[in-house]
Amino acid sequence: MAQSFPEDVLEHVFSFLNHDRDRNAVSLVCKSWYDIERLSRRRIFIGNCYAVSPEIVIRRFPDVRAVELKGKPHFADFNLVPEGWGGYVYPWVVSMAGAYPWLEEIKLKRMVVTDENLELISKSFKNFTVLVLLSCEGFTTDGLAYIAANCRNLRELDLGESEVEDLSGHWLSHFPDNCTSLVSLNISCLGSEVSFSALERLVARCPNLKTLRLNRAVPLEKLPNLLCRAPQLVELGTGAYSAEIQSDIFSNLSEAFLGCKQLKGLSGFWDVVPAYLPAMYSVCSQITSLNLSYATAQNPDLVQFVSQCGNLQRLWVLDYIEDVGLEALAAACKDLQELRVFPSDPYDAEGNVTLTEQGLVAVSEGCPKLQSVLYFCRQMSNAALVAIARNRPNMIRFRLCIIEPRAPDYLTLEPLDAGFGAIVENCKELLRLSMSGLLTDRVFEYIGTHAKKLEMLSIAFAGDSDLGLHHVLSGCESLRKLEIRDCPFGDKALLANATKLETMRSLWMSSCSVSFGACKLLGQKMPRLNVEVINERGPPDSGPEDCPVEKLYVYRTIAGPRVDMPGFVWTMDERVSSRFSRATEGHGD
Amino acid sequence: MERASAAYENDLNLKATELRLGLPGTDESSEKQSSRNYKRSSPEMDNSCQKDEQKCVPASKAQVVGWPPVRSYLKNVLHQKNDSDLSGMFVKVSMDGAPYLRKIDIKVYKNYPDLLKALENMFKCSIGVYSEREGCNGSDFSPTYEDKDGDWMLVGDVPWDMFITSCKRLRIMKGSEAKGLGCL
Repeated sequence: MAQSFPEDVLEHVFSFLNHDRDRNAVSLVCKSWYDIERLSRRRIFIGNCYAVSPEIVIRRFPDVRAVELKGKPHFADFNLVPEGWGGYVYPWVVSMAGAYPWLEEIKLKRMVVTDENLELISKSFKNFTVLVLLSCEGFTTDGLAYIAANCRNLRELDLGESEVEDLSGHWLSHFPDNCTSLVSLNISCLGSEVSFSALERLVARCPNLKTLRLNRAVPLEKLPNLLCRAPQLVELGTGAYSAEIQSDIFSNLSEAFLGCKQLKGLSGFWDVVPAYLPAMYSVCSQITSLNLSYATAQNPDLVQFVSQCGNLQRLWVLDYIEDVGLEALAAACKDLQELRVFPSDPYDAEGNVTLTEQGLVAVSEGCPKLQSVLYFCRQMSNAALVAIARNRPNMIRFRLCIIEPRAPDYLTLEPLDAGFGAIVENCKELLRLSMSGLLTDRVFEYIGTHAKKLEMLSIAFAGDSDLGLHHVLSGCESLRKLEIRDCPFGDKALLANATKLETMRSLWMSSCSVSFGACKLLGQKMPRLNVEVINERGPPDSGPEDCPVEKLYVYRTIAGPRVDMPGFVWTMDERVSSRFSRATEGHGD
Repeated sequence: MERASAAYENDLNLKATELRLGLPGTDESSEKQSSRNYKRSSPEMDNSCQKDEQKCVPASKAQVVGWPPVRSYLKNVLHQKNDSDLSGMFVKVSMDGAPYLRKIDIKVYKNYPDLLKALENMFKCSIGVYSEREGCNGSDFSPTYEDKDGDWMLVGDVPWDMFITSCKRLRIMKGSEAKGLGCL
């Protein structure tokens, strides 16, 4: 019956499908639906840039307008992926420059981008409007100058938390005088001062500017100049929030904020001087998103400010908020959905703030919509975790980092298996979980049994044996990303669940007990996986076969082994036995 | 920024009393620095060595790489107390025309005005910082520093945190010589 619809009717119907999952489902119905879908797909999301090649993507989807790519594994954020590992956007930009002249959007996460890449982007795509670079590296402010100068209709430039080599602030002045299209500008990661007058003029001539995230170098005294020219702002990231205490600075600031009737999000706040926080009181009740993770203010200034924001949905804050601040938050912010508490002193074993499990329990009790948590603390108990689980069965992201590895329940000295077990058992929609503290194989049994919707799991310093890993790989049906460090997981569980790995995006294991021999075997058995061994201290075959590899990264791919590996990365595939001098031991297939 | 060194375990040594699954004598393996571990044949055999090593770890523990999982971006922003902080960061300070050099610990200062006030006190002169807003405030001397790459830079351009990590020595230049740097 579907075949009686003319193609353009189907195409029109498909134009309402925006999610990849829907479009992927539609392509599986029949050949003609596959063809119509692929010709009309405009947005591509590639969660692992090595899972597919640019050529394959272009061949299937010839008319794409927006591309999103992710490169390095998540643990790269914590320096576990050595420099030079990969994630180069270069081959993608080169291919797309030829194949997608109408490309409008490029979003990259954890990729290596060079100034040449940025120049090519700025010159290849006439309708280019959106560039988002999250946690990227490899480029300088010279590359940004190309984007500013050549992208006539640029709407969004978001540098996320990228590592940019800051040669000068002059790049911003490359935006031409007739550029009025900016909607979102995030330069918060940049160190050097941009020309304030250029910034001021840019902001003034972009009437649609909704998001402006400044860098630390923009002084507080100048902030009102910008706010007055952009009262329509919805999201503001301040520069350094400090100045000498002067009443005219304060009154200018207050007045400027008073004019920002649309403001919903605040961030920035480097070097915060608490006396200036009340300047924002007029907008506090509008604020739904507040990022104070750079604000070194303490209580009572901190809690006083946060408590003003009764409509808060998202709060990122340092542990200076303490339990008392979180209790106040629980009372004042009933719409809170996401809480992230970062450690002010991550390397101090003792800590000098009173932030414990009590704060998190209070928020879980007081905030019925709380569904996403990232919490760094120094003590935890099973009782607290059970309470949190019972209070918040609607939790979908739960990431707990107890600073001391393998810390037990501080009340009973038991492992925290029961606590995390309660989380996975009660929170049936849990999508993401990160665990810490003392954990045995038992917690993995709970996870394998209950965490059926879990898509991403992060494990560190946990477990006793391969049984733990086996529970996860065999039980977690929805698992897409698994990252493990410093756990006694080895060959058995990995090889027994080899086929599971093809259903996932990727597996990372570092400082575990996976032997070189097992990696070779896995690579040989599973041609559609790239099994990459990262060994910085030398080739993996310089020790015996059962020697553990330093780091292992396994991911499914239809592009075959990658060709841009540095010297410390080896791929295990069918040809591996000829590459290494040692013969593999006689494992039957 | 790969810190491959110093991956010591923090062990509370409660393993003797904890209940867990697994064969007696099995224990976690961990990445360690010494090359002999690279050749170990099984994780179990190493654990006795591991426990002995842990007892030798000093009270101020060295950091485990990438733990706690805080992004370096966040770390750089906050004022931290590291072991390395205990040693201070002494740099030589020379002033044009003065016969002797001085040494100061730049970690003691919180920001540029703090540092300059201290230098002014030390050398009994007035020192101006160049800023885009005000120029050199018309003083006789301007502070410069040698950075990690060996280049001589004008003090004040980069954020303070970046400055203290890249400053290797200071030189207070006489006004006439500082002309080329954009000051009067």
